Amino acid sequence: MPTKALTGNEAMAEAMRQINPDVVAAYPITPATEVVQLFANFVADGVVDTEFVAVESEHSAMSACVGAAAAGGRVMTSTSSQGLALMHEVLYIAAALRLPIVTCEVNRSLSAPINIHCDHSDTMGSRESGWMHIFAEESQEAYDSIIQAIKIAERLYLPMMVSTDGFILSHCMQRIDMLNDKQVQDFIGEYKPHHSLLLTDKPYTVGPLDLQDYFFEHKRQEIDIMMNAAPVIEEVGREFGEKFGRHYGLFEGYKLDDAENVIIAAGSTAGTAKVAIDEAREKGMKVGLLRIRVMRPLPYKEIARTLNGKKVISILDRSDSMSTMGGPIFVEMRSALYDVESRPLMCDYIYGLGGREIDVEDIVKVCERGETYKAKGKVDQPIGFIELRE
Amino acid sequence: MKEGWKELPIGCTIDEGGTSRKFKTGDWRSERPVFSEDKCTNCLLCFVYCPDSAILMENGKVVGIDYDYCKGCGICADICKPKAIEMKPER
Repeated sequence: MPTKALTGNEAMAEAMRQINPDVVAAYPITPATEVVQLFANFVADGVVDTEFVAVESEHSAMSACVGAAAAGGRVMTSTSSQGLALMHEVLYIAAALRLPIVTCEVNRSLSAPINIHCDHSDTMGSRESGWMHIFAEESQEAYDSIIQAIKIAERLYLPMMVSTDGFILSHCMQRIDMLNDKQVQDFIGEYKPHHSLLLTDKPYTVGPLDLQDYFFEHKRQEIDIMMNAAPVIEEVGREFGEKFGRHYGLFEGYKLDDAENVIIAAGSTAGTAKVAIDEAREKGMKVGLLRIRVMRPLPYKEIARTLNGKKVISILDRSDSMSTMGGPIFVEMRSALYDVESRPLMCDYIYGLGGREIDVEDIVKVCERGETYKAKGKVDQPIGFIELRE
Repeated sequence: MKEGWKELPIGCTIDEGGTSRKFKTGDWRSERPVFSEDKCTNCLLCFVYCPDSAILMENGKVVGIDYDYCKGCGICADICKPKAIEMKPER
């Protein structure tokens, strides 16, 4: 297995090269530009067999992906931020038509004010589109997850995005243990589409009008496949681990078993949190981390089982839901934990909007505040902001 | 009984061709075209203009209207010079 020093974007582009999709339709956008640019180079150099469609917008990119997938192709794209927002209506179409498109997403804030740096508001805005979504903590996971995503998406006939934190991962170099091309091809296998518009002897209609009479039944079907997606994601993660030695589950626990004071985070901040937890443990705090890996479907039952009986949970949200109830992870985690026998105290911290730094000390402070809440048996401030100038 | 959600094909598709035959749109009509064979010159303009392919033909001649699919738009009557097709209210 070759080992290379790659940026997050290079790692994602390399995964795409090895997957060798039938069609890629994409429009480059910072900080995901290089994924598209590098892949276009692969096409120009003839190292992939992909039909590359250079479109005029992300709306067109996802629309072309939908067409190519309905024709039975293995289809991928890449985008970020405003690009994902512009794809928004077509995301729902790809999911409902059950087209297993895989998107290499790079998390970046949404305008306004305009900003090119990382937060999670872009993919959080697509939570209800019917796409599966994995947050990668670092670029090795992004590379591995994109390869897994092809297999998961094609088994379920449901699209999936894998996201990395903009600049923090996308532009930082890291040692990546790559698989060789044949290992990737053997792992993903041959794609068997459920329909193909190119098979003229088996005509079918894709995307017909569906009114009061059947729309609800079709949506129920979509809900059902999402409800049954988690075991497939787990199974593919397990198979990947058995074959290549890197294991992936629905979420990751770090020093979680005996922890009473727990942090929940997604993306690269989970790495910072692990260091903070080591430091807090040295100071005698019983802290641990639950890292959200699979955001959609949200494995809420498994998370609830794991967090039942914990004393305090502090959630780190790299976006706000604008509901005034805190960030999206907080809102969903509170709902996930509503039914547990021994419900923990919970509080939320909005951090890192528009690329604002978060440091180990910030997270150690979160741990310390968690200890205070644990001692008092109540939360003083349910929603806080980290590294914000008041 | 119509199918429940578990019985439907995957991805909101229709899994065969020519299914518009199953959708009988004749009950949309408020007026019906009535064909008089004796006035018809077989110019076939009605056949060309009908948006629902509801002009019935036999051996190259117009023989009537397919009321299962005719929506009563009246284009055939409008285009018919010898007034071999006239619109009459549905009852």
